[in-house]
Amino acid sequence: MSIRVGEAAEAPDFRQAAHALLANKQVRANVRRATETIRNKRANVVGEMPDWEQLRDSGRAIKRRVMRNLDNYLEQFEAACTMAGGQVHWARDADEGNRIVTQIIQSHGQKEIIKVKTMTSDETQLNPHLEANGITPWETDLADLIIQLGHDKPSHIVVPALHKNKAEIRALFMEKMGLSDLGTRPEDLTAAARTYLRERFLRVKVGYSGANFAVAETGSVCVVESEGNGRMCVTLPEVMITMVGIEKIVPSFDDLEVFLQLLPRSATGERMNPYNSIWTGVTPGDGPKEFHVILLDNGRTKVLADEESRETLHCIRCAACLNICPVYRQTGGHAYGSIYSGPIGAILTPQLQSMEHSQSLPYASSLCGACYDVCPVKINIPEILIHLRSRIVENGDRGAAERIGMRMAAYTMSDSGRFSGAQKLVKIGAKPLESLGLPGWSASRDLPAIPKESFRDWWKKNKQ
Amino acid sequence: MSAKTDILKSIRQSVGEDRGAELPVNRDYCTSLGLDPEAKIHLFIDRLVDYNATVYRTDHAGIAATVAEALGVRGKRGLVIPSGLPSEWLPNGFHFTVDRDLDYDTLDAAEGALTSSTSAIAFTGSIILTHSPAEGRRAISLIPDYHLCVVFESQIRETVPEAIRGLKDRRTSPITTIAGPSATADIEMMRVKGVHGPRTLDVIIVAA
Ligand code: SF4
Repeated sequence: MSIRVGEAAEAPDFRQAAHALLANKQVRANVRRATETIRNKRANVVGEMPDWEQLRDSGRAIKRRVMRNLDNYLEQFEAACTMAGGQVHWARDADEGNRIVTQIIQSHGQKEIIKVKTMTSDETQLNPHLEANGITPWETDLADLIIQLGHDKPSHIVVPALHKNKAEIRALFMEKMGLSDLGTRPEDLTAAARTYLRERFLRVKVGYSGANFAVAETGSVCVVESEGNGRMCVTLPEVMITMVGIEKIVPSFDDLEVFLQLLPRSATGERMNPYNSIWTGVTPGDGPKEFHVILLDNGRTKVLADEESRETLHCIRCAACLNICPVYRQTGGHAYGSIYSGPIGAILTPQLQSMEHSQSLPYASSLCGACYDVCPVKINIPEILIHLRSRIVENGDRGAAERIGMRMAAYTMSDSGRFSGAQKLVKIGAKPLESLGLPGWSASRDLPAIPKESFRDWWKKNKQ
Repeated sequence: MSAKTDILKSIRQSVGEDRGAELPVNRDYCTSLGLDPEAKIHLFIDRLVDYNATVYRTDHAGIAATVAEALGVRGKRGLVIPSGLPSEWLPNGFHFTVDRDLDYDTLDAAEGALTSSTSAIAFTGSIILTHSPAEGRRAISLIPDYHLCVVFESQIRETVPEAIRGLKDRRTSPITTIAGPSATADIEMMRVKGVHGPRTLDVIIVAA
């Protein structure tokens, strides 16, 4: 098995990475401005919903239902998609998924693909794999194009180039697109991207996407987007390939009525994103003639095993928890060493890797609880962070325990107003550390004695 | 063992005893806003205008004249139309090209497309296409830079759940939902209208 989450296994620990990034004033300013804008937009459109809490509860309940019977839903999806003319493949890990993609492209004698934004392909490191096999992947999402042209890394799960400002993007486009002149307004930059990609949309024969949702009942796949590049990629090529994490299944078509409300409002602060594409297998006379779905495990079935943190897989990748997080807002996404950054990254990245890498991430939090409050599917991220900390310590990884000094960085980066609440939580997560020979930690931080009750109980009493 | 067998086995092992009976899902969110018909249409128009779409209202007999008006405003001489579009919607004096598998370069050079729609959502300002013969295949409302779309008042739903449930027998057709022209906020979170999809969307709302 080669479970891979981008380059997370080789990434430096969070404290080191954050330290370096905190010195970059430009990035911090860009991140702060961008997250503030989305946060305000989100607050407005969530505020106008009379039934937001009901939608969150339903979203959570649907996801819980999926996880309990994921095997059945996957088989149901496979049967429905196949009936509609799609071809379903299964991939145990990143390499297997990448290999299937390459084989499909090569079987058609093609050397290029057009891609719409997908985190899953960053996870499996599909692009370097394709390039090594002589295939050029064209990223078509504006932010992903910026990342690809700049040989950069995504720093946010919805707005991957949020660490870049207008002037930096303009310079990059001029250089890489060979433009002698380019205006300075965002409109000029998007127009340049439109021209650059249009020819590729019309010509390239293979399209590639992830999926926001895959419907077991009908075998349908749904891609949520804004720019129209998604519609281009899923409509115009002759062959379409979609790689989707197995947790993206929803049981019934009507379940989309919940998630198509939760996702756009949480992700971009819009009532509805400009475009959704939903398709089922192949439709004669409309769109690709061949459609392949790859159902990717890559560590997900192992995450299911821990009942206390299973709900990590409920995530719909809206990034609301990143935008609200006092730690993310200071460090930006690159500090997390993973394509999944922020609070969700802190719990997802280490679990996908069976807790063998990225062990500093569950400490990259002040446990203020803001992520839980904004999560559209109510993932209790603080509780899972604490739980994972105890798993790390139970595993007896002293190295990790020592690295926990980095918690200090997370503290000083958090708002002081949230700090007192955070202290209470942290000390519970820190308890096992003392037994590992790191005594006096809580004393030196002048905290009251550690309560005897379990975290779950404590959480219920104090938080709800 | 095949990958499928491995993955399914791994799920069963991981979930263990929890597998089995389906958990209940409460759906006590809003499915209706309880608006009167005119208020619903106003809400829809409000949302469309918010997205910079231009909105026209007419009745059945007035569709062709309104198409002519919209084309006049945009300075267009002709549009691509799907093969199933009612011919009485087409005004004289313009050139309409029926899509019979037009190639992409022809669509790229076209001035725009005129299509019908399946339904719409007032609360979010969305238009839903399920690419029936009067709506055309997906490419024709995607590649040209201008989309003129006809929506009947009777097709306007209040909420997302109402619209999704209303798709019943169209669920496995290709579906596109459109809320304003394409847009991005990828550059410093400033909303820029018009990236790859049609940069201009006009909507004709037809009284029942
Ligand atoms: S954990 Fe929740 S808030 Fe964070 S990205 Fe996932 S769904 Fe959004």
